[in-house]
Amino acid sequence: MRTKRRLLVLLVAIFGPLVASCGGASDGGAKGSGGIVVFAASSLTEAFTEVAAAFNVINPDAKVTFNFAGSGDLVTQISQGAPADVFVSADDSNMKKLTDAGEVAGDPVAIAKNTFEIIVEKGNPQGIAGVADLAKPELLVVLCAETVPCGNGAAKILKNSNVTVTPKSLEDKVKGVVAKVTTGEADAGIVFVTDVKAAGDKAAGVEIPVDVNVVTNYPVAITKQAANAALAQRFIDFVSGSQGQTILAKYGFLAP
Amino acid sequence: MIRRRRRSTTRSGVPAWVVALAAIAVLFFALPVVGLVWRAPWSHAWAYLTEDSALTALRLSMVCSLWATLLSIIFGVPLAWLLARVQFVGRSAVRALCMMSMVLPPVVGGVALFFALGRRGIVGQYLDRWFDLRLPFTTAGVVIAQTFVAMPFLVVTVEAALRQLDTSFEDAARTLGASRWYTFRRVTLPAIGPALAAGSALAWARALGEFGATITFAGNFPGTTQTMPLAVYLALETNPEQAIVLALVMIAISFAVLVALRDRWFIRAGNESTRVQP
Repeated sequence: MRTKRRLLVLLVAIFGPLVASCGGASDGGAKGSGGIVVFAASSLTEAFTEVAAAFNVINPDAKVTFNFAGSGDLVTQISQGAPADVFVSADDSNMKKLTDAGEVAGDPVAIAKNTFEIIVEKGNPQGIAGVADLAKPELLVVLCAETVPCGNGAAKILKNSNVTVTPKSLEDKVKGVVAKVTTGEADAGIVFVTDVKAAGDKAAGVEIPVDVNVVTNYPVAITKQAANAALAQRFIDFVSGSQGQTILAKYGFLAP
Repeated sequence: MIRRRRRSTTRSGVPAWVVALAAIAVLFFALPVVGLVWRAPWSHAWAYLTEDSALTALRLSMVCSLWATLLSIIFGVPLAWLLARVQFVGRSAVRALCMMSMVLPPVVGGVALFFALGRRGIVGQYLDRWFDLRLPFTTAGVVIAQTFVAMPFLVVTVEAALRQLDTSFEDAARTLGASRWYTFRRVTLPAIGPALAAGSALAWARALGEFGATITFAGNFPGTTQTMPLAVYLALETNPEQAIVLALVMIAISFAVLVALRDRWFIRAGNESTRVQP
């Protein structure tokens, strides 16, 4: 009998909060008067976490909840009814998908720009000096698939430089390229400048000249179904303002 | 007053509430498939499917998942035997260790495989240095990633069967002069046949659907490491319609195989196991 009762207590302890949270999320929680949910491209993870902390200093009651993922995944989630107030894309084409689907209120505005670098192992042991070196057959090069923003950018850069590269892998997201280089499985890849910065001392960057490099936009918009459009707008204004821009610059983003 | 409740039962004697709950479970699994079928672009389906990239990914998926299943059987059955039959210190720990990849997020599993078998890994650095053998970014790497996540499903199933098996049949065979190998082949194996078949099917299905460990450890390149799940995921970004068609093909293939196995292999193996009984 006693073990049965204990089991019951355990089950209630485990499943009780789950049931409560399922019911509560739709009316209370993050979507209530003092909160917004921001769906942001995963390359913004570190920068936006800091931006939100700074935003909270001025707006102590405003709870900012993030969902970081690839821009394409976020578009799918929002189109399928995920409760987002703000969407930040890592490129214009994914924002356009959401705008075309009629899920966005008003016009998107750019909050940052990003550009590309060659990511190499710490200390650049292969002595990679530029894009042309990526064609060397002895190098293990990984790129993003052309279907994701970093791969699209990398393809353009290689085309601009007239370089043909045979990559070992076409990663589904930029962090996949970073992981393969930081673990030493690959010698080099093309990623965003901000990704090299985020990798810290585990990797190094080799600059790509401006004349062949590609610059991408980070557009932001309030969704049509936003529960708290006023606070969403305040958050966007903060990101676009001097304090937000200073934090983004610190992580390697360029001003819009 | 105590009123005796008459529980409603179906004709076969199964309580109605069991049927109701089971029906909910069936719907839970069926509805997403129905959703895919509902949204599938049937007019373009054939064109999407016969694209070179799709066929290449499908062929690679088939080859790799079958290899992973084979490796799981070769190494998994002895492992299950060891865990079920041999008493040794730290057996629970070894079992838990071998089941770890079931709970490990596959992407983390892929990174862990790097640390073990990658170019800078514990063992991998020697494979690279001594044999010029590199597993990441190769088809062999896909097989390894799939085996890593799939084998536990076979081990769990076979170990459970070995535990439940009455060892007196094996003892009798041994007493009558059968060799260990003969006993295993003619007594043990037929008895655990259904479990081995079920475990293999589970492992194969898991290998076929494997995504995270594969893309992390083996990367994604058409023809060498891009299996169906990877192709489906990447297609979702640009061409969701094609992704749905490819996913449906995977479902259709595994469905056909699992149903066929159920009817031919499982039941036949089941009959054979009963024949062993004196």
